[in-house]
Amino acid sequence: MNIEDKFTELKTRNEGALIAYICAGDPTPDDTVAIVHALVRGGADVIELGLPFSDPIADGPTIQASIERALDAGMNPDIFFDLAHSLDVSVPLVVMTYYNIIFKRGLERFVRDCVKSGISGIIVPDLPVEESDGLATHCRTHGVDLIFLIAPTTYPERMGKIADRGSGFIYLVARIGVTGARDDIAESTLSLIDLVRGTTQTTTPLAVGFGISTPDQASAIIKAGADGVIVGSAFVNIIADRVNVPERIEELTRELKSAVL
Amino acid sequence: MTPKTTTKFGIYGGQFLPEILMPAIEELTAGYEKYKNDPEFTAELDRYLADFAGRPTPLYHAKRLSNAYGVKIYIKREDLVHGGAHKLNNTIGQALLAKYMGKTRIIAETGAGQHGTAVAMAGANLGIETVVYMGSVDMERQRMNVYRMQLLGAKVVPVESGSKTLKDAINETLRDWVAIVENTYYIIGSVVGPYPYPVIVRDFQTIVGNEAKDQIMHAEGRLPDSIVACAGGGSNAIGVFYPFLDDADVDLFAVEAGGSNLMVTEKTAYHSASLCTGELGSLHGAMTKILQNKYGQILESSSIATGLDYAGVGPELAYLADIGRIKPRNVSDDETLDAFFELSRLEGIIPALESAHAVAYVKKAAETGELGDVVVINLSGRGDKDVDSVAKRAGF
Ligand SMILES: Cc1ncc(COP(=O)(O)O)c(C=O)c1O
Repeated sequence: MNIEDKFTELKTRNEGALIAYICAGDPTPDDTVAIVHALVRGGADVIELGLPFSDPIADGPTIQASIERALDAGMNPDIFFDLAHSLDVSVPLVVMTYYNIIFKRGLERFVRDCVKSGISGIIVPDLPVEESDGLATHCRTHGVDLIFLIAPTTYPERMGKIADRGSGFIYLVARIGVTGARDDIAESTLSLIDLVRGTTQTTTPLAVGFGISTPDQASAIIKAGADGVIVGSAFVNIIADRVNVPERIEELTRELKSAVL
Repeated sequence: MTPKTTTKFGIYGGQFLPEILMPAIEELTAGYEKYKNDPEFTAELDRYLADFAGRPTPLYHAKRLSNAYGVKIYIKREDLVHGGAHKLNNTIGQALLAKYMGKTRIIAETGAGQHGTAVAMAGANLGIETVVYMGSVDMERQRMNVYRMQLLGAKVVPVESGSKTLKDAINETLRDWVAIVENTYYIIGSVVGPYPYPVIVRDFQTIVGNEAKDQIMHAEGRLPDSIVACAGGGSNAIGVFYPFLDDADVDLFAVEAGGSNLMVTEKTAYHSASLCTGELGSLHGAMTKILQNKYGQILESSSIATGLDYAGVGPELAYLADIGRIKPRNVSDDETLDAFFELSRLEGIIPALESAHAVAYVKKAAETGELGDVVVINLSGRGDKDVDSVAKRAGF
């Protein structure tokens, strides 16, 4: 399913989007299937599947450890696309991976594999807009969204360039730092939403991630005007626990989703 | 804004970084442009290089080594720089740049601890808070350097992720920079990473080649036939090569760590020869030649010389290798050890194991005539730090 259609559908119902991140293959590909279904049952609107890279510079300890477990269990791009293809879910899927994984497979081949396996969007945390011409061209040709990040350090002129190039949604980085669960929410995060909208006049949905883990944070972000929240480490923490994983994932998803209604 | 075309060397280089760091990288680019020719900055840097680092370093005619290997060998004595390696040329330059840019905290990665020590020295001297990230495996291997850094007032943070070595330390330093970007300056240790680092580090290391060029003209009345330097990230190599790039008759050899052999597995390379055997990919912010598997996962490299143990190489070196201006080579751990012993015994100079790679290649290539008659070896560092591990290997 198309990502922006999903956001439009949610908007008509006056709901915020819950975007869930997990790293594919942690602890095994079969577990990932069960976890994705739990996310969908709990009400996740978009699912971001991490395709693990050995040197994830934008990730904090929680997701680093998840990536290491997935790699140790043998996850690779071939298995990843097979897995994505086998997932029979109604929500849009997005792949999050680092640039070298995409580059090594071949930009066009990677984008085609996304199309073939039902992945609607690509997030590349180490690909700034300046380096994105090649991948953006293939994404446009094949109708895959290339999703960019805007950080608290991004100044207005860059925001404009990023908003022009990105599609699907814009990923607002909630805080200066790497991924990882926190329980507070900065005033500056809330003002970033207005700033991006005001500066860029973009119609692309805005979703806020990095450090969002609780229903209170999620609801504050939607109230501040974002179209969606992205939660990763909180789910990954449950996966790392290995106890009642699908049940607890479903429960947390439900709590988070009800906070953005 | 820097126009995009200038961030690359051919297809290599660029800025493959999280968005959060892009403004900081632009600020660094602007800061470097502003100060690199600033009279006050350059005068202060020159003073530091002379009085603190101990420059110029000699170019020494190694007579006994020349006799043994059958070519006339000059050694550029970077082992005599304060701290024991060429690393301080770069760290003092960047720490000073950090100060001029108003940064109050410097961070760095280190593998062997050589760069970390040089950063700690510069940080102490300039009175700037210094944090060094080091893989916990490397900390175990180089305990004395850990203590040296602490002695110099730096905080050494163990890195427990991945292979717990240099590449993971770089990852962690980038993460620190992401987290505390506003007041922090990242002093990278080689000509690697996102633009403008490969240019900044090269420029600060070019003093090695500039001095060597004057010195060899003085000694020989002509340029050398070849220059040989070891290459990990490639900073000492490009530093000595750069002033000779337009001198087409001077052959430039970058000698990488051939490790125990040139084989690789799914996760591991038994060497660190990324210029010789690597494939195009992006690592730590730059497109370059890297050791990776077929899926693009970075391999854990290895070498007897911790300072060469890196899965990537500077993008400009990759470019210069492609256009044929530099010649990438590699020697094995065993060949390196032989050279380590020979230089010690024949000249009374204990080389760093990194630098011993260059010596080993000269021994190997002198026989073939590839090096011509007059060779300059860039001896990037002294071997005191390696005495312990070599003694253990030798069963002492
Ligand atoms: C003595 C010495 N030589 C060489 C190197 C490798 O660095 P580069 O290739 O950047 O000169 C190191 C790195 O620690 C070193 O300590």
